[in-house]
Amino acid sequence: MSSTSVDQGAVLERPPRGSKPLNYLNISHGLRSWLLTVDHKRIGILYLISVTLFFFLGGAMAVGIRLELASPQGDLLAAETYNKLFTMHGVVMVFFFLIPSIPAVFGNFLVPMMIGARDVAFPKLNLLSWYVFITGGTLTLIAMVAGGVDTGWTFYAPYSTTYANGWVVLTGVGIFITGFSSILTGLNFIVTIHKMRAPGLTWFKLPLFIWSHYATALIMILGTPVIAITVLLVAVERLFRIGIFDPALGGDPVLFQHLFWFYSHPAVYIMILPSMGVMSELVTCFSRKRVFGYKFIAFSSLAIAVLGFLVWGHHMFVSSQSIYAGMVFSVLSMLVAIPSAVKAFNWTATLYKGSVSYQAPMIYAFGFLGLFLIGGLTGLFLSTLGTDVHLHDTYFVVAHFHFIMVGGAIMGYLGAIHFWWPKMTGRMYSEGWARFAALVIFIGFYLTFFPQFVVGYLGMPRRYHVYPEEFQILNVLSTAGASILGAGYLIPMVYLMVSLFKGKKASPNPWDAKGLEWQTPSPPPTENFPVTPVVTENPYNYPGMEDERDREADREHAPASA
Amino acid sequence: MGQQKEAATLGMWAFLVTEIMFFGGLFVGYGVYRFMYPEAFHFGSHELDIQLGAFNTGVLIASSLTMALAVRAAQTSKKKLLIIFLAATFVLGAIFLGVKVVEYSSKWDHHLVPGSHFQRPEGAPVQLQVFFAFYFMMTGMHALHMIIGAGLMIWVLYGAVKNRYHSNYYAPVEMFGLYWHFVDIVWIFLFPLLYLIGRH
Repeated sequence: MSSTSVDQGAVLERPPRGSKPLNYLNISHGLRSWLLTVDHKRIGILYLISVTLFFFLGGAMAVGIRLELASPQGDLLAAETYNKLFTMHGVVMVFFFLIPSIPAVFGNFLVPMMIGARDVAFPKLNLLSWYVFITGGTLTLIAMVAGGVDTGWTFYAPYSTTYANGWVVLTGVGIFITGFSSILTGLNFIVTIHKMRAPGLTWFKLPLFIWSHYATALIMILGTPVIAITVLLVAVERLFRIGIFDPALGGDPVLFQHLFWFYSHPAVYIMILPSMGVMSELVTCFSRKRVFGYKFIAFSSLAIAVLGFLVWGHHMFVSSQSIYAGMVFSVLSMLVAIPSAVKAFNWTATLYKGSVSYQAPMIYAFGFLGLFLIGGLTGLFLSTLGTDVHLHDTYFVVAHFHFIMVGGAIMGYLGAIHFWWPKMTGRMYSEGWARFAALVIFIGFYLTFFPQFVVGYLGMPRRYHVYPEEFQILNVLSTAGASILGAGYLIPMVYLMVSLFKGKKASPNPWDAKGLEWQTPSPPPTENFPVTPVVTENPYNYPGMEDERDREADREHAPASA
Repeated sequence: MGQQKEAATLGMWAFLVTEIMFFGGLFVGYGVYRFMYPEAFHFGSHELDIQLGAFNTGVLIASSLTMALAVRAAQTSKKKLLIIFLAATFVLGAIFLGVKVVEYSSKWDHHLVPGSHFQRPEGAPVQLQVFFAFYFMMTGMHALHMIIGAGLMIWVLYGAVKNRYHSNYYAPVEMFGLYWHFVDIVWIFLFPLLYLIGRH
């Protein structure tokens, strides 16, 4: 492969017939070897299994919500049950799926491989982070089984601290603990990327996936401690009524909102930045062309991370925040659109005159573009002071953040699964089913959430289980879309599982992709690379706009093309 | 080994940054309420024992000195000195926590601990409880970090007794030193913010 000087023949040489090559999956067996592993790849798999479970749990709750909203009356669920359902849906999806999804699964698996390292900088902390995650998740699940919470995932005071029934403190403790897994992951990424890069791998030779994970890690270590202390204050206030958020004792509930959104807005970028990193890899690989504007994409990740910390006030335009603060936050929020658009334009420019192929991961990448575009642009409506007053707390907001968080983040997540599945498991999945599922998910998603923009604009508030009859048609559309979407998410579960047993064996580099992770066998050996690679060339060294015949010639020599 | 030490140092500094953000939330809350209720905070500050606070500040600064000397001893492979200085740091930390216990119990006796037990002294502003909420959250979080530090110190001390540290390998002592200094610095901010406001 072009980006290293290691003799590829030696690296990719298959062992003699009959003996199975050792890799990170078959080197040791048994539950113990998995639960005590410090191999970043195995920890990535542990995360993959756990966050997938949380995803389907949160999805099941969404089913309940959408079924209730199919009719204007509250006939399926009582108001209280409905409140608990959307709260736990939000808590599970945000803290236990979206935030750990790409960084903890693919970041863990790929960051060391992409920089030519053996493992992350602190492998034991990495394992600890998974246990911390599971502990926090278990506590939150216990809180759910015991009776749940109905505050909304935002835990606004003083409702959460004084009036709400339910297991606010236990849920809070679960979130508090899970936050530390995020901090440990972020810490590991930063140190790994700084200190463990292979010889010759300078900052501007790093894949863009690494840049976006670096930016994500910065948000993780700077933002997460703030939500930790906030949740702690809510718990203490609720247990002892000490007056920090209780207006009767002089406390200020809006302070809670400031502290909460100081983390929770940047948290949205924890969800979307890694997904953008995946996008950069997919678009380049399936356009067979060098990425357009490498440095712009790299720095736009950092710009999003920095600006992301300066926009939290746009959640409080109607919460008695000063109008001048509102104006500043409005302008800063709009500024985030610039680095986001830089990325979207650069990906589009990468497609231009590329040799685009429509394999499953690329279809997810296109899905991301389509959904992120709508999600991002409607964000501008909400960062505009005047329109936000009209749209605040309506279904418009729900639609907006689902386009970003579900449309953006999950499309990236699924794209990543399909792209790196052969590397992780050594098996190929059914390409036809994968393309079909991608299409079903995209259509289901649009049908679910696009009507919500309309119904929100017309004035339907979020978080109610009953609504006026004139909104029914749009809600029925949305519920119908949700059923398609739900089916769409189940299909990959099936064919990916099947591929584990019946899938074709994957070659080391089935997509003919550049990047260090493709230069070692699939699945990789425990130490990732038999010989530490030396990097001499830029990333994304695809043939570009050269003659198609040259490319064909290249492919014939694949996977060891030079 | 060199790469390991570099990684550990960067990791430790990054961790301390997260700690700053963690305490930062409390400092922001403190700042907001102090701006909103200057009288209550002024009143509350006078309820604190400035002599004990000043004494504890001295104790912590001294413990930072002994900690720095311990790191130096590890760097120069002086095992005996390392043990002495670590033990001294531990004792000073314990003195600090002991004084804190005395202070907390006197607040409890005066019904100044926020919650149902709280009773406002004669003539105190209604938001006095908010001041004490921050007093206990901030000093409590600080004390918790001291307790964790004391636990870690036993582990470092054990390593010193086992003769694990020398001029080529002293990263654990140095990393722990960074943590200890950080906890001291937090107190350097807490003392004036809580004890000294309104005293000229």
